[in-house]
Amino acid sequence: MLKIKDLYASVEGMEILKGINLEVKPGEVHAIMGPNGSGKSTLANVLAGKEDYEITKGEVIFEGEDLLDKSPEERAKDGIFLSFQYPVEIPGVPMVNFLKTSVNEHRKHKGLKELTAGEFLKLMREKMDLVDMHTKLTNRMVNEGFSGGEKKKNEIFQMALLEPKLAILDETDSGLDIDALKTVANGVNALKSPERSTIVVTHYQRLLDYIVPDFVHILYQGKIVKTAGKELAFQLEEKGYDWIKSENGN
Amino acid sequence: MSVLVDKADLSLKYTAHYNEVKDELFANSSDILNAQRKKAFQNFVLQGIPTRKNENYKYTNLNPAFVPDFKFIHTREEKKADMSEVFRCDVPQLNTNLALVFNGWFYKNETEKGDLPEGVILDSLESISKDRPELLEKYASLANVEEDPMVALNTAFAKDGFFLYVPKNVVVESPVQIINLLQDEKDTFSTQRNFILVEDGAKVQVLLCDHTLNLNQYLNNSVTEIFAGNNAEVEFYTLQNQHNKATNINSVFIDQQRDSRVTTHTASLHGGLIRNNLQFALNGENAEAHMFGMAFMDKKQHVDNFTQVIHAAPHCESNQIYKNVLDEKSTGAFSGRIHVVRDAQKTNAFQRNNNLLLTDEATMQTKPQLIIDADDVKCSHGATVGQIDEEALFYLRARGINEDQARLMMMNAFAHEVVKEIKLEPLRDRIDELVDKRLKGEVSRCHDCAYQCDC
Repeated sequence: MLKIKDLYASVEGMEILKGINLEVKPGEVHAIMGPNGSGKSTLANVLAGKEDYEITKGEVIFEGEDLLDKSPEERAKDGIFLSFQYPVEIPGVPMVNFLKTSVNEHRKHKGLKELTAGEFLKLMREKMDLVDMHTKLTNRMVNEGFSGGEKKKNEIFQMALLEPKLAILDETDSGLDIDALKTVANGVNALKSPERSTIVVTHYQRLLDYIVPDFVHILYQGKIVKTAGKELAFQLEEKGYDWIKSENGN
Repeated sequence: MSVLVDKADLSLKYTAHYNEVKDELFANSSDILNAQRKKAFQNFVLQGIPTRKNENYKYTNLNPAFVPDFKFIHTREEKKADMSEVFRCDVPQLNTNLALVFNGWFYKNETEKGDLPEGVILDSLESISKDRPELLEKYASLANVEEDPMVALNTAFAKDGFFLYVPKNVVVESPVQIINLLQDEKDTFSTQRNFILVEDGAKVQVLLCDHTLNLNQYLNNSVTEIFAGNNAEVEFYTLQNQHNKATNINSVFIDQQRDSRVTTHTASLHGGLIRNNLQFALNGENAEAHMFGMAFMDKKQHVDNFTQVIHAAPHCESNQIYKNVLDEKSTGAFSGRIHVVRDAQKTNAFQRNNNLLLTDEATMQTKPQLIIDADDVKCSHGATVGQIDEEALFYLRARGINEDQARLMMMNAFAHEVVKEIKLEPLRDRIDELVDKRLKGEVSRCHDCAYQCDC
């Protein structure tokens, strides 16, 4: 599904990703862990098409096509979903308009008929239950006045509406209390399918108690320095990131 | 070359014109209007055509707008527009009392009688100032000819406009809509003087739509005076939709008495040069003034909103939000002066101006000015000039919304804060639609307008 080959990326002349290699197959859950500043969020943003980054080397193939040539909206419609670490508030843009436009753009791309307002509201109600989303939130402007937890819930809610092939969850656990974490994780798990893959970017192991990964990768100084099964996350929790740092000569 | 015509020459040209048409100006006009002409014209000459040297016109030079050899219409002409066509230009689902001002002259809607309550007058200033001078005499003129040359020139030339009178405690349920059209085979200078008198406890909503109907050059110089009595309530909406060769100087003066509430909305969708002077005088305790403005400019269009709020009585509240979206090489200005006079204690004055620049070439000048002579007041102002939030844009795009559409959503969102304050729901929907069309680059004329002009 996704193949990242020797990917280098920099921002304002500073190299952040220094040769990433990663393959994600359909249905797999990959966790990417690493200390602060290791390049985790950069990787997530580069995959989603954020223009602040310059790709200096390497390639990314998604479903057999070159991903890096595509605009963020094309990537989204091809099935890549980024759950933002800091979802932005957009005053003046109503949630319902935003979501309906988004869903219909996806449908047009797939050659499906656009949903009418009534059809869309029905779909929305179905998906709201999944993450325990409240109408008091969907009646507002995009993320406006949402708490940290509500913003993250909203991301998973959007994921449920858009049904991506590859979901990238960027620090979805940050700023969540344990109940919110469970709700969000339940939402993600409910969307799990043999075709849908997930990349979970996280600093801590605790999210992985709820979203169980098939692979855990450790990103350090722009490179994946260790890959193993879910046990790696426990090891990391036990030994801390200093273990990785010392192993890598720091 | 027109640009080489200097200010002195232009002033001479206008003086020659005044002397030439003096008899015509005085003819067939009421004493009350004639009484001021001479002094007003002298004041115009004294102050001159406003250029950047005039502090109040620091961001707008009107000199070039005066250069063309305009046709002046100092005598009522036979109406040329087909009224039944003009009056189709309404807002759907909005039952209004319609009237027409054509090149500055008022024409009654003969085809359809509105449902104005007993005692309410919607008529031409020309006839009312002759037939009912007491209505005008009761109110001293708000528009000071010594402070603004354009007001002085208006007072010198003014012979007509609309006159709206709402007697004590009368509530006008359906809004009054004035369609203000400019159309002539020649480049035309139009002058109009409007009065809105809303007595104690009365209530009215007025919608003024400015349109140009063909591509000649126009200079429109209008003055509107609004009096709101004790506990009166007035909503005054102005929709400006003219072409790039039109200059629109629009001065509005508002006098508010105790417990009155006045809201103005100025939506500038299109126009070559737009200057809006808006002056509120809060003369009675507990008066409340709300000013909303939005402008969408592109090409080389220019918009300048100049507001002045005079807090002359205690316990009053004023609130201003002005927003501009400037594209291409357009320019904008906002100057907002709040003056709290001595003893106007417990004043609450708030002002905000936000601007969105879509290109590097668009420019915006914003100048708040607070003059506070009382010591127990709450005043605040804020201004921002910025671009579209790239983070928000990326967020929308990352959900599959293409860049153009995402930008459009963001611009609509920016304007929406002002649009949502429009209390008349059908009008709000209409303006929402016009704003959306404008931002999409489509001509924002009403889709059922009879005049499918290319302007």
